[in-house]
Amino acid sequence: MEKLLEILQDIDDSVDYETETKLIDNHILDSFGIITLVSEIEENFDVEVDAAEMTPENFNSAKSLWAMIQRLQEN
Amino acid sequence: MAIYTNLYLLVFLPAVLIIYEIVPKRFRWCVLLAASYALYISFSKALVFLLIGTSVFTYLIGRRMGTLADECQAELATCTDRKQKSEVKKGFQVRRRHVLLLGVLVLLGILFYVNYYNFVAENINFLLGPLGHKLPMAKVLFPMGISFYTLEAIGYMADVYWERYPAEKHVGKMCLFLSFFPQIMEGPIARYPDTSDALMAGEPLKADNLSEGFLRIIWGLFKKMIVSDRLSYLITYIFGNYKDYHGSFIILAAVGYTIQLYLEFSGSIDIVIGSGKMFGVTIPENFNQPFASQSAAEFWRRWHMSLGNWFKNYVFYPVTVSSRVKNWNKKARKKYGKYWAMVGTSAMSLFPVWVATGVWHGAGWKYLFYGMYYYVILLLGVALEPLKQKRNEYLGISPDMWWFKALRIFKTWIIIFVGELFFNAKDLSAGFYMFFSMFRDFHISSLWIYFPDAITTGDVVAIVAGCIVVWCVGFAKEHGVDVKGKILHAATPARWCVFYAIIFLILIFGAYGTGYQPVDLIYAGF
Repeated sequence: MEKLLEILQDIDDSVDYETETKLIDNHILDSFGIITLVSEIEENFDVEVDAAEMTPENFNSAKSLWAMIQRLQEN
Repeated sequence: MAIYTNLYLLVFLPAVLIIYEIVPKRFRWCVLLAASYALYISFSKALVFLLIGTSVFTYLIGRRMGTLADECQAELATCTDRKQKSEVKKGFQVRRRHVLLLGVLVLLGILFYVNYYNFVAENINFLLGPLGHKLPMAKVLFPMGISFYTLEAIGYMADVYWERYPAEKHVGKMCLFLSFFPQIMEGPIARYPDTSDALMAGEPLKADNLSEGFLRIIWGLFKKMIVSDRLSYLITYIFGNYKDYHGSFIILAAVGYTIQLYLEFSGSIDIVIGSGKMFGVTIPENFNQPFASQSAAEFWRRWHMSLGNWFKNYVFYPVTVSSRVKNWNKKARKKYGKYWAMVGTSAMSLFPVWVATGVWHGAGWKYLFYGMYYYVILLLGVALEPLKQKRNEYLGISPDMWWFKALRIFKTWIIIFVGELFFNAKDLSAGFYMFFSMFRDFHISSLWIYFPDAITTGDVVAIVAGCIVVWCVGFAKEHGVDVKGKILHAATPARWCVFYAIIFLILIFGAYGTGYQPVDLIYAGF
């Protein structure tokens, strides 16, 4: 989780990722931020993020992102 | 029967509301479906069968993917080791992908034939002219709303493929989702979970919903009839006689058309959302104060939001996470660094989005240019971001400074006005002619010397006053004021005062009657 927070901070350090739950709904993470995030997640956690995972539910908070990463690692 | 006409507002909608309320709950969806097809037949006659066929086809594709998913689960339950499970999953995934591909290709094929066949044939004939070969032109009838319901259907198929929700088992629900009468002309492009359940629920009419829907409808009429329809004559005149005008008139035409388009499109979406609300159906919003945007990217998150979201969900993200783009991104990150990998990936992912956005609006080089215009601007926005940050640090500029925000908003307006100038020009060469003539013989005084006589001082006053009212409401909303809530929760006399005020303003200042032509909805033609 710490590594994920680090990645998110690198993209935009003005957000409190521990509490923010509307990263997508409130356009805090834009499409270009998501491109970077997906690349970093794949590189750092050895997972494949495919099109089916590209939903606001998965990307709205650090917690939901972490849950997605763990799920993908299990598969 | 367009949704802004008296026939729709005073006869059709009230009649459907009454029948809907009288009929038992379990048959109310049938009333909505019959009303939707009746309205569709009023525009496109026998082409209603294409709409019905598309709905049934979308349903069947969804069902087939659903059945394959169930079969996959059953087979997985019998597997013992992980490798075997993975192979079973892959096998079913391929079969489901083929079904999705069939669905998408058939629907896009129909859309292509209806919208683009003649355009493509014309250009091929131009190229093959010297060889003497000619493709025949097709006499194609335009099915109303095809560009909207096709995207909704493809979105549904893709979501079922990605297992975001299960396949629909009720064919009537699919038919109603794709044809719901307020949305069929101009959208918004909804996703299946947005409206399908509410459409089938058959909830009884409620005073709150009727009141909210009514307010939204008259607000839409205010925007369309007081400002947009009055502007229509002037804009059509200048764009139609563009060679006679230059300098300030072309700027006026670009700004005027943008205002006309926004107030007409957002006004008709207000009527759509208001109509849906009356039946207890919440249709997604399509605009969010787009002229408060500080960049072109933000503008597209606030303008025609349902189209932008559709392209983001079903084109941008799938391309971004496709294996080819991801592999390129991985290699580029190692070879050129994160910045260039990001710019390259954005270039690859944005390109299909903006080609599709351009041509979705119609068959013509000007629409393709319109898409490419935003592609270049958005890509430049990504590429120049680090430079902009350095500039801001060097000059001590904070993005929150009011003058900096104002400057960025003004810059975005210029981008929008130029884009809309090309969008509404007769063709691409007329667009370039008009663009360059903006800089020729610029005299602000020519505005009142050569102003078309048909536009009276009354028109100008009504347009300006209407724009100020719309701007005030937008400004309040942008600053977190719930204008609609305040009106709807006000004491009954105050609420009715607002309703009557809007109605009387429309009756007194609306552009209708002698001297005015009914103005067709611009986006209904796409």
